[in-house]
Parts: sequence; C-alpha cells; structure tokens
Amino acid sequence: MNQPIAHPNRSAGLVELRIPSKAEWVAVARLAVAAVANRLNFSIEDIEDVKLAVAEACTNCIQHAHGSDQIEITCETDSDALTIRVRDYGQGTRPEAIQSRRVDEPRVGGLGVFLIRSLMDAVEYDVHPEHGTNLVMTKKVTA
Amino acid sequence: MDIKVNVREAQGDTYVVDLNGEIDVYTSPKVKDAIGDLIDKGHYNLVINLEKVRYIDSTGLGVLIGGLKRVREHGGTVNLVCTNPQIKKIFDITGLVKIFGIYDDEDAAMKALV
Repeated sequence: MNQPIAHPNRSAGLVELRIPSKAEWVAVARLAVAAVANRLNFSIEDIEDVKLAVAEACTNCIQHAHGSDQIEITCETDSDALTIRVRDYGQGTRPEAIQSRRVDEPRVGGLGVFLIRSLMDAVEYDVHPEHGTNLVMTKKVTA
Repeated sequence: MDIKVNVREAQGDTYVVDLNGEIDVYTSPKVKDAIGDLIDKGHYNLVINLEKVRYIDSTGLGVLIGGLKRVREHGGTVNLVCTNPQIKKIFDITGLVKIFGIYDDEDAAMKALV
C-alpha cells in the first residue's frame, strides 16, 4: 500500500490565500485569517489582534510594494501558536516603510508596522528591494 | 465591508461625524472626505463618534490624525467618542490617547470642546 507523502515543512493546519493587491480585498484577508485563528484557543481579543496585524501587513504591501499585483497569505497552526506569512513580489519597498514608530505628536502614516510589532509575539521581515517583502509573524495561544 | 458616514450640526459651530462600520484602507477615504469637507467649509471643532465603529486600522487612525492637524492650525480640535475596548486599546498602544480627547459619550465630548 502506498504511504502518504510526507511534507516535513507543512503542518496539518496549513491555509493558503492569495488576494489581489487592492484595498477592497484586505477585508477578505483579515476575515479569513480570523476564521483560522478561531480554530485555535485564542481569546476574542487575540483574534482581533491577529486580524489587525494581517490587515496592516496587507495594507503595507498595497501601499509600498510597487509592481506586485498579488499578496500571498499563509497561515500555519500549531496547538499553541498561529504563524502567518504575508508575501508580496513588489519592487521599491523602502526600509522606512517597515520601520516601527510610536506616536508622540500628530503625524499621518507609519503606524502599521508599529501595530504589527505591538500586537504579535514575534515579527520578522525579510526585505528584498528587487523581489518583494516576506513578513512572518507569530501569535501564541495564551488562553 | 463599508462605512456609513453621517454629518450633523450640533451646538454652536460644532459638527458631529457619526461613523458606522469598519474603517480600513478601503473605506477610510470616505471618512477623510467627510472630515475634509467640514474643514474646507471652516468648521474646526469636531466630534467624531466612533461608537458604532467595529474596526479601525492605521489608515483610519491616519485620517483622524490628519483631521486633527488641520483643525489645530485654525485653533480647533477633534474629540472622539469611543467605548469599544478593542478600539480604545489601539489608541492606547499607539499613544494617540495623549493626542485626542476620547470620551465615553457625545455630551462629554461636546462639553470638552468648549
């Protein structure tokens, strides 16, 4: 009998989503990821954190990743954590676009990365100006 | 997903902007236009009611910050009405609680403008 092919890099809870890099699709991404998060034992507050972090990541792709018409969102669930990868293939992402800042006086823009870093437990950016940006972020189940 | 925007005149030269829905990168231009129209017409004291807002992201925050900057140039201000814990949390962690007056009800937000 044939044995199932092992995919060592793929957990049982793997969900992949690809959306157009357009503002009207961000809601689809955040709701889909919220549904994935809902399958773990996250609190409602934590699910809201994940929703916002994913939306901010997608918004950054739309606003800064020029030339990328798709955004890939991958969710991997473990029993105690949700890891989300948000990937674009755009060019021209400037380092300051992914720098975090805190608001000390009114200034428009730049809050998205700060929110991502505040709401998620681990955040890692891999930026290639010519080949896009890969963001990996993790939220641990604390409930 | 959409945002409903209702603008109404309150006491004095104060205007209230009622928002209902979700404010994100797609819907925030509608909010920006409503606030911008009021400012363009010379109304610099605003109450923005977020009581029926279920979600706001950084683009929504940016619109509110932009409005506040503009009215401050004319000696005005923007007060917010918000009791949603998740949204208040966003204002808290970004430090925006130090910049905006955030009140539990519209009466308190109006009185604080005077």
